[in-house]
Amino acid sequence: MKAKLAALPMSYRLAVTSRVLAAVFGGYLVAALASVTLTVWLPLNRAEAVVTGMTVSFLVYLVAVLWCFACRSAWSAWVGLLVPSVIMATVSGVARGLGYA
Amino acid sequence: MKEGFRQAMAWLHTWAGLLFGWLLFAIFLTGTLAYFKDETNHWMQPEIPARALNAEASLTLAQHYLQQHAPDASRWIIGLPDARDPGLKVRWQQSAAKPGERGQFTSKILDAQTGAELQLRESMGGEFFYRFHFQLQMPYPWGRWLSTIAAMVMFVALISGIITHKKIFKDFFTFRPRKGQRSWLDGHNALGVLVLPFHLMITYSSLVIFMSMVMPASILASYGTNVRAFYDEVFPASNVPEKANQAAALAPMAPLLGKAREQWSGGEAGWVSVNNPGDANASVVVSRSGSDRVVHDFGSAVTFNGVSGQILAASPQQPLAMAIAGGFYGLHMGHFAGPVLRWLYFIVGLAGTAMIGTGLVIWLGKRQLKHARSGVMPFELRLVEVLNIASMAGLVGAVAVFFWANRLLPVSLAGRADWEINAFFMAWGLSVVHAVLRPGRKAWIEQLALAAALFAALPVLNGLTTPYHLGVTLIQGDWALAGFDLTCLATGLFLTWAAWKMWRAGATARLKKTPRETARPITLEQGAN
Repeated sequence: MKAKLAALPMSYRLAVTSRVLAAVFGGYLVAALASVTLTVWLPLNRAEAVVTGMTVSFLVYLVAVLWCFACRSAWSAWVGLLVPSVIMATVSGVARGLGYA
Repeated sequence: MKEGFRQAMAWLHTWAGLLFGWLLFAIFLTGTLAYFKDETNHWMQPEIPARALNAEASLTLAQHYLQQHAPDASRWIIGLPDARDPGLKVRWQQSAAKPGERGQFTSKILDAQTGAELQLRESMGGEFFYRFHFQLQMPYPWGRWLSTIAAMVMFVALISGIITHKKIFKDFFTFRPRKGQRSWLDGHNALGVLVLPFHLMITYSSLVIFMSMVMPASILASYGTNVRAFYDEVFPASNVPEKANQAAALAPMAPLLGKAREQWSGGEAGWVSVNNPGDANASVVVSRSGSDRVVHDFGSAVTFNGVSGQILAASPQQPLAMAIAGGFYGLHMGHFAGPVLRWLYFIVGLAGTAMIGTGLVIWLGKRQLKHARSGVMPFELRLVEVLNIASMAGLVGAVAVFFWANRLLPVSLAGRADWEINAFFMAWGLSVVHAVLRPGRKAWIEQLALAAALFAALPVLNGLTTPYHLGVTLIQGDWALAGFDLTCLATGLFLTWAAWKMWRAGATARLKKTPRETARPITLEQGAN
């Protein structure tokens, strides 16, 4: 694969780099936001909700990373992470506004 | 599209596995060795005598010792002996010179029956492997971060690996020995599938263990800057009274063990810590031993007033979320495992290590075939080869060197425990140099043979340097020491076999240059189907 890679065009390499960055940093963002959203919406006491959120976040991270390499293009990798991020940030922001958190 | 998905997952599996494979191999191997941490400690500090267990008597001895040697300490921590770890451990922390500073810790190990300070060879023992497997000998917190990142990569490599192999169970019953690259792939698949539940558990649980370090967003969102409040809620036992600055004698602590046992319906105490001994507000926290149940509960402790002996607080039943996280922690550590289950942990841990190792070998082997005819290897393949040799054969040899250093370094040497670790890293470093200087197969054979000799000779070295050799330990039934020697011997035999296989394969390759083998590279994608 290395030998093949050497012959691969720059655009392909940039796309792979972009997917890796999306997976590592975008994936972390999605996972962190998922843990926060779970924490503020779960009907548990504070400490339990926090622990549940953290425990589940790694599964979200995993799915996010797989998504980044399974989707059709590097752009869709970013879109697929940023859309849920915005939704989760809004949802947990609403909870905070309503005084849940 | 479906084919494309599997191919993408195969790509991810290949590259995530390669980049972190060497680090993961070291983490898995040292983590596996850490399942026998106490037994390794016992072998590396055989001066600690095994005594009949009596928690009350040991605690009284520890209290006397600490009252004599550390009356002004801000905290005492007493580790009670158990069947696997026979020493009575005492630690104390000096009161901080300035507020806000952390006082110095001092540790000693006492004879559990006489209370006398034991004269031991200084050694990190099995603790070294345990610490290395998540701290990687790096300063706090970088090692923990790097190992947790490696764990996340392992998680991704595992799941993408499962997706790559769609016919997992058919593959499992297919093992084609003596077929070169094919056999390595079959072996990799079989090792992966056979202990898949262990791989998933160990990888996911390692993330859960460090979750509050690597994924603190929800703590910050709920508690803001008052992170301390979170830990107080999760670990209620850590909430102890402040110092009163008024002298008062500490009550005898032994009777507190019985009261703690009542709270836990018979569960045994593992640790006792005393805050502000000699103060009117002294508190004694009796923590439950982790070895009698699977679900680990950090907060499982009973707090007593140190002067009156009254119960101040007992941790409530663990809530479900904490019980799940604690369950993963407990499964990862395996403190609850008896001898049979502990061996099973050790064996599946080795299987996981071997799965990573075979994966690295496959990556290189499949690419080497393309260059077999020209005989010239590109730089990046040579780099992978060197790293493969040093990270696998070199590491195994370094482990043996660590044990040799424990028996050969003089007891009076200053910083002896550090020198054992230096010996380990020097041996590992030399294996890199050796792998660079020698051709690939020769480097493999020589390093494996050296490691084999070092391991096989360990029981002999042990017999020459200590009175705790196999002839004594087998007769006395000291299975920790005898088992350690016998395991070293078995490791030596296994490595000899590996070196011999490697040598034979090289000899046959030179004898009959089969054009079929060299001309037809087997790709991972083909193998996966």
